Amino acid sequence: MSALLDVRNLHTEFRTGAGVVRAVDGVSYTVDPGETVAIVGESGSGKSVGAMSILRLIPDPPGRITEGQILFAGRDLVGLSPDEMRKVRGGEIGMVFQEPMTSLNPVLTIGRQITETLEQHRGADRATADRRAVELLSLVGISDPERRLRQYPHQLSGGMRQRIMIAVALTCEPKLIIADEPTTALDVTIQAQILELMAELTRRLNVALVIITHNLGVVARYAQRVNVMYAGRLVESGPAAAVYGDPRHPYTMALLRSVPRLDKPRQARLDPVDGQPPDLMRLDGGCAFRPRCRFAIAVCATSRPALEPAGTAGHMSACFRRDEIAAAPVAA
Amino acid sequence: MYRYILNRLLLSIPTLIGAAALVFILMRMIPGDICVVRLGSGGSINPASVANCHAQLGLDRSLFLQFVDFIVGFAAGDFGTSMWSGKPVIQEIATRIPVSLEIALLATIVAVLIAIPLGTISALHQNSWLDHVVRTVAIAGIATPSFWLGIMSILMVLEVSHLVTGAPWMPPIDYVSLWDDPLRNLSIVILPAVTIGYRYSAVTMRMTRSAMLEVLREDYIRTARAKGLVEHLVVNRHALQNALLPVVTLIGIEFAFLIGGLVVTEQVFNLNGIGRLFVLAVQNQDYTLTQALVMLTVAIFVVTNLVVDVLYAWLDPRIRFG
Repeated sequence: MSALLDVRNLHTEFRTGAGVVRAVDGVSYTVDPGETVAIVGESGSGKSVGAMSILRLIPDPPGRITEGQILFAGRDLVGLSPDEMRKVRGGEIGMVFQEPMTSLNPVLTIGRQITETLEQHRGADRATADRRAVELLSLVGISDPERRLRQYPHQLSGGMRQRIMIAVALTCEPKLIIADEPTTALDVTIQAQILELMAELTRRLNVALVIITHNLGVVARYAQRVNVMYAGRLVESGPAAAVYGDPRHPYTMALLRSVPRLDKPRQARLDPVDGQPPDLMRLDGGCAFRPRCRFAIAVCATSRPALEPAGTAGHMSACFRRDEIAAAPVAA
Repeated sequence: MYRYILNRLLLSIPTLIGAAALVFILMRMIPGDICVVRLGSGGSINPASVANCHAQLGLDRSLFLQFVDFIVGFAAGDFGTSMWSGKPVIQEIATRIPVSLEIALLATIVAVLIAIPLGTISALHQNSWLDHVVRTVAIAGIATPSFWLGIMSILMVLEVSHLVTGAPWMPPIDYVSLWDDPLRNLSIVILPAVTIGYRYSAVTMRMTRSAMLEVLREDYIRTARAKGLVEHLVVNRHALQNALLPVVTLIGIEFAFLIGGLVVTEQVFNLNGIGRLFVLAVQNQDYTLTQALVMLTVAIFVVTNLVVDVLYAWLDPRIRFG
């Protein structure tokens, strides 16, 4: 099966007054049709920029895709004209953002914000678009959809707004949805509902999902594949079971240790990842995780490890000691 | 909504009474006496005739009685007669208000037509040469006194018409109403309206630009782009309606100021408007006329603010349903 999305050696840079920031520095991964892929990393690891790059929503200036290809259904999105790109956005790829409170326009009705996408991409008339909007609201579990369509965002709760955002993303039956931290701004109970909803809908409608998160714990249950990002690069990638059960990068190990778990004794202390994410303008030739790594050796300071196979099939790690550390207990 | 409007109208009553008290007291604190102005230019003045004049104008009564008289008359729609001309105040104002109102309206139209598109374009192309040109024009508009611009525009019309037709042409100076002779009327008011509209548009343009810049950074604009909407929908439907809120407030305040605030411009263009009447009334210590004009201005401010609030509610559902 050929991949739906094939990101190859993507580089996205920001030119700032202080210098060039390589927010995404040579990232490659694929997403199969209907597959859910998680991209995990700390704030500033480049995961959101990478996702926004796919839709070319990075404000330029200062941001720019400097290298690489983004093959979506066989077409390279990087080379598309603005007009062709516009048709992909919302038409073939839907996007859900982090902040449901501010991602909807406060002065337009919910209905308008759904129907305008249909009118834009499908040339639907008002009545058809309205019918589809009612259908979509029912699909994302909003009761009394006819009434909700006439309401404004401020009349809805955060969870409901995120459901609306999902409905907006699904409007034109896209093949891929990119969700950038879709649950971060929500209450924990609502988070679970939204994730369930997204998992259920993507399965039912056979939509691929790229879900960006900083929370390894939440992703665990929903993604088939996990990509771990650090300082603009992928450091580990593989089937979710392999990444969780047999992590091969010290950063992933540290992230897994930092997830609070209900199955551990109450006295067990949280173990956060030591140190701070690196300054992307001051990266040297070595491994970017080195200063925070408890497995670092001399070679880590001089050259950067490439993403290479480790452990089971499809599992990759960018660590020189990818095979040695497998034996190290996760809770070390 | 109607309740809201009614509420606002009732709230304006204390404002009006406060303004009335203020102008009443201030006018009487200014040194000078209308009877002295009326009776004598130079030379000696007979105290008896001054007293006689005071009695005639009702100025010999206690301040309290004068104030009650003023308020009661105002409430009943009776503004009294001008102490200077002896004509009813209503008549004095009625002959001047059309020209002031017309210029204020036209200047507002000119300003909105220039400011909102240019401010939007400027924000969309921030820091481009286009943005710099627009901002320079705006700064010039704020820095240039309207009266100077007025004089220059009159001179330009004279020079250009002289060059083109061989004979200098000047707009007529005797005002006719728009309904009687639209062409003549417009040829009189268009220059002042554009002159004032330019400064007005400069202020509005800067406000539109900064409001747009702020709105364009909002998450919902990114959402609109992520939906693949064409740019004009992103700008007009999503950004502009949100950015217009502060702009509407500004337009309201400026509009209210234009009626009665155009003293110098009216002088330059030889227009017999409210601004000049105001200056005349204060100079002559014409209490009744000044009081009525102040009340008129306050009323215009109150009404304009109300219109702005209603527009706000129309633009922003959070206010409408809040």
